[in-house]
Amino acid sequence: MTMLCRLLLLLVLSVAALPARAQTEDAFAGLASDDFDGIGQAVTALALSGDKQAAPTIRALQAEALFAGAEGALLIKAESGYLDARTGAPVADVDEDSLNLVKVNNKVRRAVEAGLGSLDLFATTPEVRRKAAGAVFTSRDPAILPALARALAQEKDAGVATVMREAQAASLLESTDATEADKLAAVATLRLRGDLEAQSLLASLHDQPAAVTAAAATAISAIARLQQLWSIVQSVIYGLSLGSVLLLAAAGLAITFGVMGVINMAHGEMVMLGAYTTFVVQEVIRAYAPGWFGASLFIAVPLAFLVSGAVGILIERGLIRFLYGRPLETLLATWGLSLVLQQAVRSVFGANNRDVGTPAWMSGATQWGGVTVTYNRLTIVVFAFLVLAALMATLRYTALGLRMRAVTQNRRMAAAMGIRTPWIDALTFGLGSGIAGMAGVALSQIDNVSPNLGQGYIIDSFMVVVFGGVGNLWGTLVSAMTLGIVNKFLEPVAGAVLGKIVVLVLLILFIQRKPRGMFPLKGRAVEA
Amino acid sequence: MASFRQWLRGVGLATAAVAATQLFTPAAQAQAPATIKIGILHSLSGTMAISETTLKDVMLMLIDEQNKKGGLLGKKLEAVVVDPASNWPLFAEKARQLITVDKVAAVFGCWTSVSRKSVLPVFEETGGILFYPVQYEGEESSKNVFYTGAAPNQQAIPAVDYLMANEKVKRWVLAGTDYVYPRTTNKILEAYLKSKGVAAEDIMINYTPFGHSDWQNIVASIKKFGSAGKKTAVVSTINGDANVPFYKELGNQGIKATDIPVVAFSVGEEELAGIDTKPLVGHLTAWNYFESVNNPANKAFIAQWKAYTKNPKRTTNDPMEAHYIGFNMWVKAVQKAGTTDPAKVIDAMVGVTVPNLTGGYSAMMPNHHITKPVLIGEIRADGQMNTVWQTPGTVVANEWSPYLEGSKDLIADWRAPLSCGNFNVVTGKCGGASK
Repeated sequence: MTMLCRLLLLLVLSVAALPARAQTEDAFAGLASDDFDGIGQAVTALALSGDKQAAPTIRALQAEALFAGAEGALLIKAESGYLDARTGAPVADVDEDSLNLVKVNNKVRRAVEAGLGSLDLFATTPEVRRKAAGAVFTSRDPAILPALARALAQEKDAGVATVMREAQAASLLESTDATEADKLAAVATLRLRGDLEAQSLLASLHDQPAAVTAAAATAISAIARLQQLWSIVQSVIYGLSLGSVLLLAAAGLAITFGVMGVINMAHGEMVMLGAYTTFVVQEVIRAYAPGWFGASLFIAVPLAFLVSGAVGILIERGLIRFLYGRPLETLLATWGLSLVLQQAVRSVFGANNRDVGTPAWMSGATQWGGVTVTYNRLTIVVFAFLVLAALMATLRYTALGLRMRAVTQNRRMAAAMGIRTPWIDALTFGLGSGIAGMAGVALSQIDNVSPNLGQGYIIDSFMVVVFGGVGNLWGTLVSAMTLGIVNKFLEPVAGAVLGKIVVLVLLILFIQRKPRGMFPLKGRAVEA
Repeated sequence: MASFRQWLRGVGLATAAVAATQLFTPAAQAQAPATIKIGILHSLSGTMAISETTLKDVMLMLIDEQNKKGGLLGKKLEAVVVDPASNWPLFAEKARQLITVDKVAAVFGCWTSVSRKSVLPVFEETGGILFYPVQYEGEESSKNVFYTGAAPNQQAIPAVDYLMANEKVKRWVLAGTDYVYPRTTNKILEAYLKSKGVAAEDIMINYTPFGHSDWQNIVASIKKFGSAGKKTAVVSTINGDANVPFYKELGNQGIKATDIPVVAFSVGEEELAGIDTKPLVGHLTAWNYFESVNNPANKAFIAQWKAYTKNPKRTTNDPMEAHYIGFNMWVKAVQKAGTTDPAKVIDAMVGVTVPNLTGGYSAMMPNHHITKPVLIGEIRADGQMNTVWQTPGTVVANEWSPYLEGSKDLIADWRAPLSCGNFNVVTGKCGGASK
C-alpha cells in the first residue's frame, strides 16, 4: 500500500518539478543512512531544499521520533500514529518491529540546529526568529546567506535584526567569494558584538586577506580587554551569589548558635530536611496536580519551615534542654543526632540522590553585559535577602521576638517578668531550625538532594557566624558576602581547592586578632 | 540531670546490645560448614552508599542465582554482608574480619581507590581474594586483587581518541575532583595529549573539592577557554555527586553538547537517575557497558535485576556488569581448581573467559585485569546512553601506563615463574610488594 502510494506520488512529482524533487528525495533517503555523517549531510541538504516536509521531518529527528522502515521508508511518530515523512500523510498498519530509530549524535544535532535555524528565519514569533539567527551564527554556513538577506529585508524587530546581521557577518567571513570590504565590515560587526562567541569566531578565521586578518587581531584584543573588565564584575556577582547561599545556610545557625549559644551540629540536617520536604511536595504535585509544578517551591517554603521547625522544637525539648551550659556534651549529642537523622532519611528515601525539578521560570540565564547570570542563582540571592529581612523583622517587631531578646539578654529578669523561658527557648530553636529548612528549599535547586546534603554546609555556616560576630545578624550578612566574594576572587587565581584553604587560613588569622568576629556584641549581654 | 543519666544508660545498653549481636553472629554462622561464604564489602551508609548499595544488591542476586543452579562444588553459597560505612580505615578492619573470622572464600567490594588502597595490605597479608569492580587510575597490580573495572586505557584514552577523530577537538579541559583517581588519570591524559601534539596552552586542568556545588566561576572559565577559536571539549573525572550541579550550571549558562561536549568517566545510568537529563543530551560518557546495549544476555540480566529488586525503575550500570563478570569468573576458577582455597583459585583465575553483557567475552589476563570493549555513549533525554562508537574488539588493560615516566617500563604477570606485579623490563628486576 505504502509502496503504491509512493510510486503514485513519485509519478506526480516527476511531472511537477523533476530536478529539485530528485535532489530532495536523495536528502530524505540520506536520513535512513546508517552512518552519522550521511545523516548530517542529508539534514543540511533537506533544510536548504525548500521542501515543505523538511521542517517537520527535521523536528521529528530532533525529538527522536523519526524512524526508518523497510525499503527506505521514513516515518514520523506522531500522537495519532505514524506519518510518512516525505508526504506528511498518515500511514496505517505499521509493523513497529521493523522500524529503526534514526539515531542522532552531536554532529547530526549540529546539522539539525543549523537546518532549523535557516528554516525558522521566517517564523512569525520574534523569539523563534532570534533563536534561529543565533543558530545560524553558530553554524555560519555561507549557503544560508541568500535566505538570511531575504529574512533581514523583511525583519521589523530591531533586536532580531541585529542578531541576523551578526549571523550574516559570521557566514560572510566563511564565504570564499565575499569582497574584502564586506569582510572588514563583518569583522567590525563582530567586534561590536564583543562577546566570547564573537571572539571565538574571529580567532578561528583562516585563509583571509591580510587586511581582514589584521582587523580580526585588533578586534580580538579589544574584545579580550572588555572581557577582562567583565570578569571582575563577574567575580563580584558570583561572589554575592555564593554569599547569599552561605547567608541562607547560616541564618538559622545565627539564631540557634549566635543568639542561644547552642552548638548544633545537626543544623545541616535541618537544611537537608527542608530539601527533602521540597522533594515530597514536588512528588505530590507531579502525581496529583502537574499544572501547579511552577508553584511547587512557593508551597515548599512554608512547609519546609514547619517541618524543620517542628523537628527543631522536638530536638530542643527532647535533648538540648538537658545540656544547656555544657557545650562539649551538646556538640557530641547533636553530632550523634545528625548521624541518626541522616541514616533515618537514607532508610526512608533511599541512598540515591532525589530528583528535585527546577520550575521553568528558574531555568536558564540572562546576559548582563559580559556576565551570564543564571535565574536560579538570582532567585536565591533575592530569597536570601527576603529571609534575612523577615528574620530581623520577627526579632524586632513581634511579641515573640521581644521575648526571645529578653530571654537571651537576661534570663532571670525575663522569667521574673512572667515569660516562660523554657518555652521561649524551644520556640527560638524551632525558629532557627525552620529557617534552615527554608534554606534547604533553595539549596535543593543548586545542590544534590541526598542524605549528606547538610554536611557540606555545616562548617561553612559556623565559619560565617563566627566571622560575623556571634549574635549579630548584620554581622552574619556582611561576613557571608565577604567570604563569598573573597572566595570567588581567589578561585580563578588559586583554584577551588587552594582557594578554600586560603580563605580558611585568613579566617583563622582574623579570629586570632578579633576573637569575637567582625561585629562583636557590646554591653552587659555579652558578660551574662 | 537524672533524666540525662537515664538517657546515657539507655545509649550504653543499646551499644552493648549491638556489640553483642556482632559478637554472636559469626559464631552462629560457624555452625553451618556446608556453605561457601562470600564476603561483600560495600558501604551501605555514608557518602558512598549512593553507589555501593547497588553493588551489594547485585552480588546478592548473583549468589542467589548460583544457588538456584545448585550452588558450587555441591555446596550452597552464603553471602556475608558488612558495612564499612564509607570510612576508609573501617574497610581494612571489615576486610580482616571477613577473611579471618568469617573465613570467606572471596571478597567482592570497594569503590573508591582509597578504600582499595586501605584493604590492600590486609589481602596481601592474609592471602584473601578481592574482586574490585570499578574503573580506576591503574598503576597497581596485586596478586590478591582481580580488577574487573577499566584501567585508563580501557576508558579515558579511547574517549579522547574518539573526540579527536570525530569532533576534531583541539583544546582540552581536564576537570576533576581532587583525589587520586582524577589526578593520576589526568596525568596520563596530559602526557597522552602532548604525545599527540597538543600544545601545553591548549590544556586546562582544574580540580575541585568533593561535593563542589558552586560551579559558576569554573563553568564561566571553561566557556572562556573554549572561545579561542578551536574546538574544545571537557574531559571530566568529576566524582559522582558533584556532577549534578556541574551539568546544571553548564545547561543554565547555555553550553550545549554541540558547542563544548563533556565526556565523563564517573557518570553512569545510576547517577543520571537522580537528575533532569534534558540539558545533558549529547554529552558523552565512556564505559565498558551501557544498560541500553541491545543483546539477549543484557536483556535477560536487566529483567532478572528488575525482578530481583521488585522495582521496574532500577537501572543497571558498568560496575554491576564488572561484578557479574568477576563473579562468573570466580565460579569458573573454583570449578577449575576444584576447591575454594584462595591460593589455588588465584592460580586458576588467569585465562578464565566468560561472556560479558555487551555481546562478547572477557578474559582474565596475567596482570589480573580483564579484557573489555570500550563504548562511547551520548546521554539521551531519558537518562540512558546511545552508543555512538565502540572499539572493534576488546582492549587489554595497561595496568602500568606507558605514558607515565615512572611506570612505562613496568609490566605485571602473576603466572609462574615471573609472578610479579611490577616487573621492570629494562632492569629485569621485580619491584617487590605492590604499591
